[in-house]
Amino acid sequence: MTFKVEHEVHGRRKNRNYGVLMLLIGFVAIVFGLTVVKVLQLGDARQFETFDHVARPQIEPQEGSE
Amino acid sequence: MSDISVQDSSYEANMGDYFALLKPRVMSLVVFTALVGLLVAPLPVHPFIGFVSILCIAVGAGASGALNMWWDADIDRLMKRTATRPIPSGRVEPGEALGIGLALSGFAVVLLALATNFVAAFLLAFTIFFYAVVYSMFLKRSTPQNIVIGGAAGAFPPMIGWAVATGGVSIESILMFALTFMWTPPHFWALALFVKSDYGNAGVPMLTETHGRDATRRHVLIYTLLLVPVALGLGLTSIGGPIYMAVAVVMNAWFLKGAIDIYRRDDAACEADKHKVEIGVFKVSLYYLFAHFCALLLEAALRQYGLGGW
Repeated sequence: MTFKVEHEVHGRRKNRNYGVLMLLIGFVAIVFGLTVVKVLQLGDARQFETFDHVARPQIEPQEGSE
Repeated sequence: MSDISVQDSSYEANMGDYFALLKPRVMSLVVFTALVGLLVAPLPVHPFIGFVSILCIAVGAGASGALNMWWDADIDRLMKRTATRPIPSGRVEPGEALGIGLALSGFAVVLLALATNFVAAFLLAFTIFFYAVVYSMFLKRSTPQNIVIGGAAGAFPPMIGWAVATGGVSIESILMFALTFMWTPPHFWALALFVKSDYGNAGVPMLTETHGRDATRRHVLIYTLLLVPVALGLGLTSIGGPIYMAVAVVMNAWFLKGAIDIYRRDDAACEADKHKVEIGVFKVSLYYLFAHFCALLLEAALRQYGLGGW
């Protein structure tokens, strides 16, 4: 038994399939890049943690700490 | 139909066929004007966010092109210029074009909203709607003024670029819109005067065919006259300046002279010199838009060094 069954349609659609692969990789790269840029633009990256909508006492500035 | 090669059923569309659905040549104008709109805005944009925004605007414009090709496949088949497009030539199925158009529209608008702001995303969504629905489905086949109102779709990109940076709409972005909007009719009709079109075969009303060539010449002049105050007015806003004004005065004088030359001609004169004047004015119209947006860009670049602007 072989797992590699080549059908002639694979050959015909090779160009298209690689194209879709490239587009998906590009899309992932864009979303990742946007995430990095947006988080860095926050200035204080701890603000990012407040996005989970849950009170997080440990990230609030402590009194007298600054 | 004999001169149209229809692909056999075993043909598999490749990426190039799908890319052709996005009207790459229209896209290049969209990218350029949107980029200028973004760069001349007073607020800086992070380069990566700027890149993603321009990509979203380009993909959104391309998606509306795919939707246009899906809707217009029946008439594209009848005209020589469009018969080789992916759908009429049988390389891409109509349903595929519809799917790609809708999916890319959604991706482009949502990603633009997430990357920048809702004003820019709304403007992009409206542009796609305007081109695919208002222009393609309603105006194109019903009125010879189709190109005038439809030109709005091509005029939105600088406004979207501006909204990406500022998050709003202002007099500068409205005038950039108006510049492209008023420029489209004389540009297109100058072309219609010298290109032998077969829009009539497809039942698409074109001014040259519904109202005659004399009426078209008159329209070129009228719309060019209306364009001049818009172009000069843009120079008085915060993104204008002496360089833009100098370019605008020269280019408007040149374009206006061409429009008057066209207006003074008749069919006999056109035939005699093989549409030399009309072809010349069409070329000037291309330089016209390019020069105006380049001048805006130059003013913005100089502003960083304390030069440029008023």
